[in-house]
Amino acid sequence: MAFTDAARNGYRADLEAIKAAGLFKEERLIHSPQWSEIEVEFPAGAKLKKCINICANNYLGLSSHPDVLAAAHAGLDTRGYGMSSVRFICGTQDIHRELENRLTEFLGTEDTLLFPSCMDANAGFFEACLNEQDVMIADRLVHASIVDGMRLCKAMQDTYKHSDMGHLEDKLREHQDKRFRMIITDGVFSMDGDMAKLAEIVALAETYNAMVFVDDSHATGFIGRTGRGTHEHCGVFGKIDVITTTLGKALGGASGGCVSGRWELVELCRQRARPYLFSNALAPVIVAGALKVMDLITASTDRRDKLEWNTRYWRGLLTGSGFDVKQGESPIVPVMLYHAKLAQDFARDLFEEGIYAVGFFFPVVPKGQARIRTQLSAAHEKSHLDAAIAAFKKVGAKHGILGLDKKELMAKFAA
Amino acid sequence: MDELTKVVRDYVIREYLEEGDDREITETTPLISGGIVDSFSMVSLRRFLEKKYSIHIPDDAATPQAFDTVKSIVALVRRFQNAELKSA
Repeated sequence: MAFTDAARNGYRADLEAIKAAGLFKEERLIHSPQWSEIEVEFPAGAKLKKCINICANNYLGLSSHPDVLAAAHAGLDTRGYGMSSVRFICGTQDIHRELENRLTEFLGTEDTLLFPSCMDANAGFFEACLNEQDVMIADRLVHASIVDGMRLCKAMQDTYKHSDMGHLEDKLREHQDKRFRMIITDGVFSMDGDMAKLAEIVALAETYNAMVFVDDSHATGFIGRTGRGTHEHCGVFGKIDVITTTLGKALGGASGGCVSGRWELVELCRQRARPYLFSNALAPVIVAGALKVMDLITASTDRRDKLEWNTRYWRGLLTGSGFDVKQGESPIVPVMLYHAKLAQDFARDLFEEGIYAVGFFFPVVPKGQARIRTQLSAAHEKSHLDAAIAAFKKVGAKHGILGLDKKELMAKFAA
Repeated sequence: MDELTKVVRDYVIREYLEEGDDREITETTPLISGGIVDSFSMVSLRRFLEKKYSIHIPDDAATPQAFDTVKSIVALVRRFQNAELKSA
């Protein structure tokens, strides 16, 4: 037997160390569809508790929308349950291509290729399209899936200080000897909720002959006047060479992702990207649901408009109540606590008050940057947010953090 | 502080600290384990050192531990400077 006592004890010691460091994560069991209100069993065996959910990526409230559900049901009936194949063998249905074309039009690109997830899209893209003659220059806060994808690629890796255009320009100048340069950034950064300076990045790319890659997973569907994404918001629609994004957040919340961009790059992914070549095709039920999502978000901007209102309202409530909040415009609103144990205790106390939010700490965010990451949804009503802020204020008062700035918070809870 | 240590420390401050970050970086400040720099971003330091001192740092030596402090980075450079001299 390979799993010896020594192996077992070693791994158990690793897990105990995570617990001792206050970094252990526990799942809570949700007994209802994803919505602004959910029923939660926590701890295991406890009576179900109704909670306001303020930490989902369900930005447009479409994760359990009746029209999306109906379309998914119809997709099951007409196209079956699973493809039992990778795309290029016998895993491509007409609806896969239809969804790719809809995404191409929505994102303002030349072509799109679906992947099982945006994590897979990011894992596959760089290795498929760049080689040892090239350089990847990434913002230091890009999503973990991009870091993983870059590590798989033989191109040179470099990074620039977060959103620091001067530092990016230095790197572009430094790497003029490479065949291709690719600037890599999130559109909206997932932990802080701030937006990339895409207009400046595109200008630098044009000056220094570089391509631009944007992971817009926390933007597609709701950032920009018509929800096309960060590029629309920043006035550079049609100028991004590669966009990766997910169907697992605003666009229905099931699963799936894509690479969308210059035809040549997308086609290279179709020919070479390993997650595309070796992973099962997206299930027809998900494609059918996503097509209905595309119908809904192109017919009206009502949902993204409501999300925008909810975001402004929630940010105002938090700031007015004395919380240390990362400033920004996106519906990702981090309430900064800095200390991992405080974040865990705060989240647990919020749960007792009927508010579902989760503490984020190392390694999900850097050490000393723990937070409660709140996220707004078009499914939130004003009454939800009013109830949530009452709970936040009660818990904030309990822990004595209201009105404290970063220095004061860090000093109060220093280990 | 010797010249090599100063070069390494100055590079770390210039390359990795954000504007307004006034944390003190000493020879023994934990950079990676202290969360100041992530191991992914350290690639640029490795490239800088290889170019400046005409050395090659093999992958198995370029560990997070080797790059965790200014002192350990200086030791790494000296180790491969000596290796280059011996093979010359």
